[in-house]
Amino acid sequence: MTVKIVKVIALNTFKEAVRDRILYLLLFFAAVSILFARVLALLTVGDRAKIIKDVGLASISLFGALMAILIGTGLVYKEIEKRTIFTLISKPIRRPEFLLGKFFGLVLTLFVMLLAMSLIFLALVFVHTWTIEWTMLVAILFIFLELVLITAVAVLFSCFSTPILSSLFALSFYLIGHFSWSLETFIKKARPGATKILLQVLYAILPDLENFNLKTEVVHGLPLSAAHLLYSAAYGIVYAAFILALAVLIFRRRDFV
Amino acid sequence: MNPVLSIENVHKSFSTGFIPKKREILKGISFSVAEGEIFGYLGPNGAGKTTTLKSVLGLIFPDEGRIELLGRPHLDPRAKERLGFLPENPYFYDYLTAREFLDFYGQLFGIPKSARDERIARLLKLVGMDRSSGLPLRKFSRGMLQRVGLAQALINDPAFVILDEPLGGLDPLGRKEIRDIILNLRREGKTVLFTSHILQDIEMICDRVAIIVGGRILSQGKLTDLVSEKVLFTEVTVSGVELEELAALGESLTVQADRVLLKVVEEDKVQDILTLVQKNNGRIHSLIPRTQTLEDLFVDMVKPQ
Repeated sequence: MTVKIVKVIALNTFKEAVRDRILYLLLFFAAVSILFARVLALLTVGDRAKIIKDVGLASISLFGALMAILIGTGLVYKEIEKRTIFTLISKPIRRPEFLLGKFFGLVLTLFVMLLAMSLIFLALVFVHTWTIEWTMLVAILFIFLELVLITAVAVLFSCFSTPILSSLFALSFYLIGHFSWSLETFIKKARPGATKILLQVLYAILPDLENFNLKTEVVHGLPLSAAHLLYSAAYGIVYAAFILALAVLIFRRRDFV
Repeated sequence: MNPVLSIENVHKSFSTGFIPKKREILKGISFSVAEGEIFGYLGPNGAGKTTTLKSVLGLIFPDEGRIELLGRPHLDPRAKERLGFLPENPYFYDYLTAREFLDFYGQLFGIPKSARDERIARLLKLVGMDRSSGLPLRKFSRGMLQRVGLAQALINDPAFVILDEPLGGLDPLGRKEIRDIILNLRREGKTVLFTSHILQDIEMICDRVAIIVGGRILSQGKLTDLVSEKVLFTEVTVSGVELEELAALGESLTVQADRVLLKVVEEDKVQDILTLVQKNNGRIHSLIPRTQTLEDLFVDMVKPQ
């Protein structure tokens, strides 16, 4: 495994993604959505900056996830379907290098897109409050971590499924991930026994993407706990690594017909 | 001398359908390609040519058998460092320009920037694409893609080049140019394996061939050993002689105005025809002895299947 080959493939993937029109369409709607927060703020009684921050961060998270899913699920599949992988595998590269290159290429793309969305968002917030709080940057960093995890999931599905199915799977992953925290409440209320164990197992397997959601803390100016941040970061990295390892395992023995 | 590629008893089957049904595509393929030769791999559609190549390249994993590439196990990246490959109907990254495309593959081999630039310029010129190097590949015609694909296969100055249908999609002039490039590769001491449906191409440039039909190699060897030089029959076109007089000497294939095309099997009867034409003050328009061609051999082999 060489870093150099992963880098070459990642940069090519980045080139592929930024030359895809769908990315700019999503970026456009993300900008519209972030700026729409300004309109919503006008309709609200109370602290307008809070609405702008809340809707803005939610837009960044949602459109970032859509970019990761819509581009990520096609990345590997397209290489196989369009047979570009034939020439690639005939070169001295190993299959895990290819997969990791694709993954990091998309992560790089998402990083650039997140940067663009954040600039629009921070500019809007700055115009209203004349300050930039560092907690907002932390919140965006954790959105990025969430996107990395979703990218890993999109790449995993892309290894064996068509883009449409993979998109549905990855979207389900995103939705389940944002609602699985309610299982926690359920576990607390359940009586000890088989049901409780089943719920606990389910909660352990299902992703909990709310770990990466710092909106409430940032919007209401609540303190960020270092322990929670550290736990969430570790959770994201370990989960993404696990998903990628699974993808490599599937991809390694696959026949490209 | 060690073979550049040796394939021993390779089997491969695929399971398809909702209720998987096994279909055996390769039924024990064995052949080897020696250093410095142009090896033709031919067979009808669906015979298993591309499946064999995919096994060699590590795109699919054979169920059984052994493949050795440039003296190493075929999946070893070090073996692939000296390999070039052009796939059938090349599909490439259409968002890249020809130059970016070649640069990408050059980087995969770890060729330094300056050497890469020099080599890309030389290869683009070699395949006649130097004028279109800045265009994105999505604007290229099939023939142009084929040429850029060939440049891609040569980017690492490989010792062994595998070309899947390299002459498909090209006009006659383009075919000749690519044939010349392949012959030139041999002059440079490289080994070439290529597949084709077009038998004349194989006949023109290959040293040795293997014929695969239905997943089995039916014949392999030097072209001169496979195809006999014996004259099978002679085709003679004459005019000015009555058809009835010729009927005894050969089989008349076509009659156009007073021209008759005759298929003559025995060689002494050709002499009789010449005498007859002279006697009648007729004319000989053509006289072609037909030897066995690769096509005859090929058709003979494929037919009983």
